[in-house]
Amino acid sequence: MATVQDIEIPDSAARAAAIEEAQDIQGEKMVLNMGPSHPATHGVLRIVLELDGEVITKADPDVGYLHRGDEKIAENMTYTQFIPYTDRLDYLAPLANNVAYALAVEKLLGIHDKLPPRCQYIRVMCAELARISAHLLGLGAFAMDTGAVTVFLLTFTEREKIYNLAEAASGARLTTTYTRIGGLMRDIPPTWCDQVRQFLKEFAVALAEAHTLLTRNRIWVDRLRDLGVVSKEMAIDYGLSGPNLRGSGVEWDLRKNQPYLCYKDLDFDVALGSVGDCYDRYLVRMEEMKQSMRILEQCCNKIPGGAENKSHEPVNVADGKITLPPKEKVLTSMEELIHQFMLVTEGVNCPPGEIYFGHENPKGELGFYINSKGGGTPYRLKIRAPSFINLSILGELMPGCMISDVPVILGSLDFVMGESDR
Amino acid sequence: MTSLESANKIKAKFGDIVSEPSEFRGEISLKISDAEKIFDVCFFAKNQLGLNYLVDISSVDNYGEDPRWTVVYHLRGVVSGQELVIKTDVSEEKSELPSVFGVWRTSNWHEREIYDMMGIRFSGHPDLRRILMWEGYPYFPLRKDFPLAGKPSDLPGVAFTQVTPMEGGPFVTLPSSSDSIAREPRVRTPEDAEPGISDKRLVDGKLK
Repeated sequence: MATVQDIEIPDSAARAAAIEEAQDIQGEKMVLNMGPSHPATHGVLRIVLELDGEVITKADPDVGYLHRGDEKIAENMTYTQFIPYTDRLDYLAPLANNVAYALAVEKLLGIHDKLPPRCQYIRVMCAELARISAHLLGLGAFAMDTGAVTVFLLTFTEREKIYNLAEAASGARLTTTYTRIGGLMRDIPPTWCDQVRQFLKEFAVALAEAHTLLTRNRIWVDRLRDLGVVSKEMAIDYGLSGPNLRGSGVEWDLRKNQPYLCYKDLDFDVALGSVGDCYDRYLVRMEEMKQSMRILEQCCNKIPGGAENKSHEPVNVADGKITLPPKEKVLTSMEELIHQFMLVTEGVNCPPGEIYFGHENPKGELGFYINSKGGGTPYRLKIRAPSFINLSILGELMPGCMISDVPVILGSLDFVMGESDR
Repeated sequence: MTSLESANKIKAKFGDIVSEPSEFRGEISLKISDAEKIFDVCFFAKNQLGLNYLVDISSVDNYGEDPRWTVVYHLRGVVSGQELVIKTDVSEEKSELPSVFGVWRTSNWHEREIYDMMGIRFSGHPDLRRILMWEGYPYFPLRKDFPLAGKPSDLPGVAFTQVTPMEGGPFVTLPSSSDSIAREPRVRTPEDAEPGISDKRLVDGKLK
């Protein structure tokens, strides 16, 4: 808060009046409503700011403008029918949401560690492509809000290629719905691995260019450094996850600490920040994209069955009660016909019980708590949305900052309202 | 310390109100029979057992059963890697249990969300307001007796309670049950129409 003022008036009476006036101005506070439709809030976030001049004294984030009742909807449909709804949670990384949800239901079924290896590798590739895609958008929008428009154009060019890859695999660019309970919608096309390699080659150049545009850019560094500092203790206390948690120097990555899929066989590092300011969170995301590239490269080389799958490795678990049988068998064999009928009408029959599964999504830990009473429909499905929890720190982080720092802090937290409001 | 050891320590400390630890798909869970003790259990778990990270709080509506509510806490030690699930039941008449805001500040929004969606109150919460629905919304949507399609709202909504401002305007059809031609404000029927510009301009096939 600015308290020191220079008043250069020689006349003593006029000086006293000027000082009095200056104090009056300081005492007045203004409430500024930011959002819900504001370009820097990346969606429909509303923040009620209390200002003393340009300095924020209080911030009250208001969420819920995009609430669609996904948890209620889930209680009224089968497990498989809910997969398209997961596309619309974090709509910047639908492939990762698909993987997270499928793994959660598979954990309830007890098959999450018995998935075919080819399926595991494809899912990891999907999750990592989604991570790059989400970080690219986060970075582009972040830079644009800070005044560096070029980066936005650069990252969107690269995101376009990821959309093409998603389209090649699943048939859709945004609403992928690629996973199924116990496997995938279909195997990847034979040329997909080559397309991924080609993308990685081009993306490495673009990422290096983004680095040269930002990392040592004087304006960028000045605006980000020592702003919005989250200490280790604070990050854990507020339940931050993903790059925001690691930006504060907490070594916690679910891919390393609770390995799922085939992450155990892959070689990658966890990026950590040291101070916990906006600049650290930016650097962590940049490094994560690099590590995702490493993972993708390894997956392309190690995928069981190779790119073309000449040895016919399965991508679905061999259990007719979980995954749909091949169509030609449905038309010729009684047992498969019954399985198909039961799966489509009743859904995958899950045992009673309750599980929680957390997945390292681009925004943080996307978790599903499923309470099942048996049958094909969840009794209660709770989504642990990382964006929702990452936003809860705003009320603590913003007071003391200038109003021009708001877009920077918001950009560095990298949230998406579709997921936050569910 | 593993998850099971932590569960046993909680059991040893709090005795009868804690159930035997149960396991399902590798998750250790404990049930606390007295919801009033949830703060003490969580405080102990965080400060003595290193479960420093609150992953999530979920709520379940066991409609038709007593007690009606179950509140589920997912705890984690971010250094040790252990995880523990703590559950407690709350009756419908009471619908209140102590807040754990004093243990983890992240519980602030989780508890607001549960209050908003289920209507369970948290005593000692600093700011228990609705979070996803708006202030003044009269229902709790995640309760099992709330229908999927929703209920009408008391809030004035332009789209549903009043004539929309655009209606009757130059480009919008008029509200009535007659057919679309009659509702079109710009329509000219042959009877009432004055000769249009195009008619005036041509007299006997020549341009005036």
